[in-house]
Amino acid sequence: MGMTMAEKILAEHAGRNEVKAGEYVWARIDGTALTLSAVRRLEEYGIKKVFDPNLVYAVEDHFAPPPTVGAANNMVAMREAVKKYGIRNFFEYGRHGVLHEIFPQYGYVSPGDLIVSVDSHSTSYGCFNVASCPINEEAPYVLAKGQLWFRVPPSIKFVLNGRYPGPEKFVVGKDIILYIAAKYGTDIGLYKSVEFTGPVVREMSMDSRFTIANMGVEIGAKFAIFPCDEKTLKFLEGKMRRPARPVAADADAIYENIYSLDVTELPPYVACPHDPGNGVPVMEVEARRVKIDQAFIGSCTNGRIEDFRMAARILKGRKVHPEVRLIATPASQLIWHQCLREGIWEILAEAGALVTHSTCGACFGGHLGLLGDGEVCISATNRNFQGRQGSPKAFVYLANPATVAASAVVGYITDPRKFL
Amino acid sequence: MVFEGRVWKFGDAINTDLMMPGAEVLAQPGLSDKEAAKHCMSANRPGWAAQVKEGDIIIAGRNWGCGSSRPAARLFKALGISVIVADSMSRLFFRNAINIGLPVLICPGCSAAFAEGDQARIDISSGEVRNLFSGLVCQGEALPEDSPPAQILRAGGLKNLMQMEKGE
Repeated sequence: MGMTMAEKILAEHAGRNEVKAGEYVWARIDGTALTLSAVRRLEEYGIKKVFDPNLVYAVEDHFAPPPTVGAANNMVAMREAVKKYGIRNFFEYGRHGVLHEIFPQYGYVSPGDLIVSVDSHSTSYGCFNVASCPINEEAPYVLAKGQLWFRVPPSIKFVLNGRYPGPEKFVVGKDIILYIAAKYGTDIGLYKSVEFTGPVVREMSMDSRFTIANMGVEIGAKFAIFPCDEKTLKFLEGKMRRPARPVAADADAIYENIYSLDVTELPPYVACPHDPGNGVPVMEVEARRVKIDQAFIGSCTNGRIEDFRMAARILKGRKVHPEVRLIATPASQLIWHQCLREGIWEILAEAGALVTHSTCGACFGGHLGLLGDGEVCISATNRNFQGRQGSPKAFVYLANPATVAASAVVGYITDPRKFL
Repeated sequence: MVFEGRVWKFGDAINTDLMMPGAEVLAQPGLSDKEAAKHCMSANRPGWAAQVKEGDIIIAGRNWGCGSSRPAARLFKALGISVIVADSMSRLFFRNAINIGLPVLICPGCSAAFAEGDQARIDISSGEVRNLFSGLVCQGEALPEDSPPAQILRAGGLKNLMQMEKGE
C-alpha cells in the first residue's frame, strides 16, 4: 500500500515499514526547542537531563528582549537551564530570531525529519519536506525522552496549478494560503497532514513556501508538507547537520481529499477581522475605504527577505501616510542584517517606517506595537483574532507585505498592484 | 469516566487567544493558572469566567481551541470545568488537555443537541453524550482503550504517567 509523505516520515521514526492513518505510534524526534514555558516545566517535572543536548535548541523569541522584569527573570532561568542541561545551541539576543526562522537557517532541519516544538507555527518546517508540528504541554516529556506519541493523520492534498503571479506581481504564498482559508474554511486541515504540490509550488520561492507551511496551522493542519526539490536543497546546502532524507508520496498513497486550484488570476487577498478565514480580494476591501492606523510587516509569517524586498519596491521614494505608523519586524537577526546590506532599511527609514529588531512582539500582542481601542491595523502576520494584537476593540486585517506597504502609503487598505 | 454538570455553550472557532489573552496573560509572566483563568474569554464573553462553578461542562462548536499553542486547557481546569465536548477540536487543544489530564471529547453534532444551562452527562470511555433535559444522545469519538491518549488521561496527565514510568 502506498504512503503519503507524513506516513513515510512517521513510519521511519517509529521503526516501522508502514503506518496507516488512524494508528497511534510512538516516534523518535530529530530535534526540539527549549522555550521559556518549557524551562519552567522541566523543574516542575523533576527532569535531570535532556535526551540529547545537541538536538535541543534554546531560543527565546516572544519577549526579545525582555520588556518587563518578569520576562527578564524568566530569561535568567533560561540561561541557567542552558548551562545546567548542557544545551549546545543557545541564541542570545542580537544573534536570535523567531524559532521557526532559526531552525532552518542554522541547519536544524533536514528533509525527512520529524520535529516538534512549542509554538503553533512549528508547522513552518514542512516547507523543507519535514514532518513538523507544534506541541505545548508535552514539552518536558519530549525534552526528557526524545520521543512522543502521534496519531497518524489522514492526508489531504492541495495541487496548485496555473501560472504563479509571484512577488513581481505582488501575489505570493500569503495570498494563496489566505485564499485557501477563505474558500475551504479554517478547519479544512484539522488534525490532518496537508500536502502542497503542483507546478506553482515549483515556481515558488522558499520564502513563500515557508509562509504557506507556517500558516498551515491556520487551516488546522498537523503537518503542512511540501515536496523536496532543488530549491529546498539549495536553501539548506552547507547548513544541514544531518544528510537530507527526502520523502515523496507514493503514486497510490491514500488521500481523504485532493483539491486542485488555479492561481493564475488570484489577486492579493485580505482577511478581515476577526478570523484568518475571512479573506476577500483586496479590491473589495479597497472599495470600502478602510482607513488604517498601523501597518505591520514581519513575524515568522512574513518577515523574510522576499517580503521586505516587495515592501521596499513600493516604499522607495515614497512616504508613509502622515496618520499611519509602519512597523517592520524581521523574522531573525540574520534577515535584519541582510536587509541592512541590501539597503532596504534605508529605504524604509526614509519613508518614515519604524524598523525593529527581530521578535514575536506585536504579532501575539506581547510588546513593540500593540493596538489601542478602535484602532485598525493591516498586518503581514498570521492571525487577526479579536484581541490578538492588543485591545479586543481593535481591528486587524491580514495581508501580504506588498499590500501592507501600499496601504501604509495611501492610508487606506489598497491594492498594491497600482504601484507596479 | 462519567461526568454530569451544567452546560456552557460556545460557538465555532473559539481560539486560544480568546481563552488565554496575550496582553493580559502571556505578557504577565508569573501569573498562577487561577489568576490567569480570570481573563479567560474576557474579549468575547466578559464576566463569564467568574460565573463558572466546579463541575460545569463546556459544549462547543467546530474547531474549538484553534490558533496558538498556548496552554489554554490549564485555565479551564483551574476554573473547575470537568470536561469539554466539541463538534471538532484543534489538535493542539486536544493534546494539551489530554496531557494535563483534562477530559475532552470530540463529538460531531453535540453542539446542536444542547442549549446553555442544560444538564449533560458525558461518558468519556464510551463516548456517549446525553442531554439530561431533552434526552437527546450523541455519539462521540471515544479513545481506543490502549491508545497513548487514553493511558495518559487515566493516569491524570503526562506528568503522572512519567512518574509512574519512573516508579516501575
